[in-house]
Amino acid sequence: MNTAKEAILARVSSALADVPPAETSNDVPLPRLYRTVDESPRAHIIEQFADRVAEYNAKVRRVNAAVLPQAIAEACRARGVARLAVPADLPPGWTPEGITLIRDPGLTIDQLETSDGVLTACALGIAQTGTIVLDSGPGQGRRILTLLPDYHLCVVFEEQIVGLVPEAIARLAPVSQRPITFISGPSATSDIELNRVEGVHGPRTLEVLVVAPELKDA
Amino acid sequence: MNQAEQLANPMSRDIEPIPTSPAVRFEDSAKVALANTQLRRNMAKVTQTIRVKRQLVVDEMPDWEALRESGRATKERVLRHLNQYLLQFEASVTNAGGHVHWARDAAEANQIITAIVASHGAKEVVKVKSLTTDEIGLNEALAHAGVAAIETDLAELIIQLAGERSSHILVPAIHKNRSEIRDLFKKKLGVAELTDDPKALAAAARTHLRKKFLSVPVAVSGVNFGVADSGAVCIVESEGNGRMCLTLPKVLISVMGLEKLIPTWQDFEVFLQLLPRSSTAERMNPYNSLWTGVTPGDGPQEFHVVLLDNGRTKVLADKIGRHALNCIRCSACLNVCPIYERTGGHAYNSVYPGPIGAILTPMLAGVENAPSLPYASSLCGACYDVCPVKINIPEILVHLRGEVVRHKQDAEGRGWPDPEAVAMKFLAGVFANSRRFERAQKIGRMGQRFFMKGDVIESLPGPFGGWTTMRDVFPVAPQTFREWWRTRS
Repeated sequence: MNTAKEAILARVSSALADVPPAETSNDVPLPRLYRTVDESPRAHIIEQFADRVAEYNAKVRRVNAAVLPQAIAEACRARGVARLAVPADLPPGWTPEGITLIRDPGLTIDQLETSDGVLTACALGIAQTGTIVLDSGPGQGRRILTLLPDYHLCVVFEEQIVGLVPEAIARLAPVSQRPITFISGPSATSDIELNRVEGVHGPRTLEVLVVAPELKDA
Repeated sequence: MNQAEQLANPMSRDIEPIPTSPAVRFEDSAKVALANTQLRRNMAKVTQTIRVKRQLVVDEMPDWEALRESGRATKERVLRHLNQYLLQFEASVTNAGGHVHWARDAAEANQIITAIVASHGAKEVVKVKSLTTDEIGLNEALAHAGVAAIETDLAELIIQLAGERSSHILVPAIHKNRSEIRDLFKKKLGVAELTDDPKALAAAARTHLRKKFLSVPVAVSGVNFGVADSGAVCIVESEGNGRMCLTLPKVLISVMGLEKLIPTWQDFEVFLQLLPRSSTAERMNPYNSLWTGVTPGDGPQEFHVVLLDNGRTKVLADKIGRHALNCIRCSACLNVCPIYERTGGHAYNSVYPGPIGAILTPMLAGVENAPSLPYASSLCGACYDVCPVKINIPEILVHLRGEVVRHKQDAEGRGWPDPEAVAMKFLAGVFANSRRFERAQKIGRMGQRFFMKGDVIESLPGPFGGWTTMRDVFPVAPQTFREWWRTRS
């Protein structure tokens, strides 16, 4: 039946005749001497995240949680967004006034194509690389939602920001079988004479709101 | 197409990617490439720009060497226990609702893919840029079956429309200038008004491809990494065409070389640091998509992985050469190579150009089918220094040169003896015995005066002429050390 599979496994076995039969995969040493945690002060890590996202020519704004809805509304107004696509479970209270929300599930490709943008939360941010990660978790929706609209407004809470890539991979491990997307700036190409052009197929504009926790009264 | 025509038009698609055409020698196609001044200018610009940028983002990593070592060790672990990881990956993907196919060679892989496409009655497929599908000649196979493969990476689209071949792993259309691309798009995409501003050109491609993304039912991709213990698959990209192909069509087929496995989810923490900085010289490329099997309500509802051998087990059997399977296709070795920088990718006559191509192509296709490629190097070692998975390319090049010679010697019994092999055998005999050596020196001293110009020999006759086209030969000294020593006693 599965002759190709058997043939390939047999080829591999004979190619690896020099590997001692008693050797297991864990016998092959795999040192991990790289950094796994960024020990810098939190303020530094958060600032680095904001800086590095901005370096990709994404718009970054740092706001306080108390004024998040206003900041969302402001960003949409500045961009001229009239119809905003949102995931089914967008946190209540993020809803900007005066803007038509079109809410998943059930949004058609046409509805997404003709929307003026999409608003989502995220799973985490990586300071080292200026990356936002979506893991299909709360407030993020399915992948198509953040793909077809031309403008992506993403909310990142400061406590969601990690320092290094290994910290992000560790946090994602429990949900690693869900669709996951790493986003580092707007889509880009350097295919023509190495000139960087932002916005090829994904959203051409990425805007990130970095949200500081509300100050509690002492 | 004969050899002369191939040389005149090195970008022609008629040259089979793998196996390469043994008739076209690197040194011959390099000469053609070197005469193309625009190609040389573009290549110098791209390699230098990426080289400098890469160094900047690598230098900001205090643990770069530790990451390289972990990357190398991870690949070593996978390769030494490949069957275990292959079977584990197959089980993981199947558990997650995907289908796994095994393909011994290009023909088998193309057959599998064509059958899946046909089962959905599709006449078009959208493609994410993939070297592996170039290697198996998938587009041609699909065309033969009446299916149009639409490349969606901007550079791949450009060279597909132009009917040309890639000149760089990362930026395949870098040999073309913006005005050429504008003329091409005007003609092939039916755009009436178009400037040569890269922004406008990218926008034209966006409009053209958006319709395809939304309507074509089947997508084909390669695979950057496949996780054995979870079945997760990763595609690394910049433009978003990858995300489109991985999200919108109903059916997704991913072609994966056997060596693309990593053992665990955790291993991403190494490779997602090594690859972007080595490849596009960014801290992170714009988009990484990771998915496992099929997710209800999100993305393709039918997912196939085609595990491809196509010579990889042959490479694995070579104890020195097998390290080439560590390769994660970043192209850092291309950008630092003094040979590649001057000739560009076409001269290698393979989908895998540059230093990595010079070792991978002869091993995948057999050294007898690409005997000139192991010599397409000055052995300077820059490629080894930048390789994120520490492939010792110079060592493998030297090893393969030995294989080329051994192959020639083996072929000797079956036809005319190779003059070089005969000369080497003769020299070995001379060097083995001091009396014979001294006698040869005396004969040489008598013969050489006909060729000497001043103190050196500038050109040798007949088959020895090759040696002196690039260098002078120093003659046998009027008195050797041994002769002088004897006069003392």
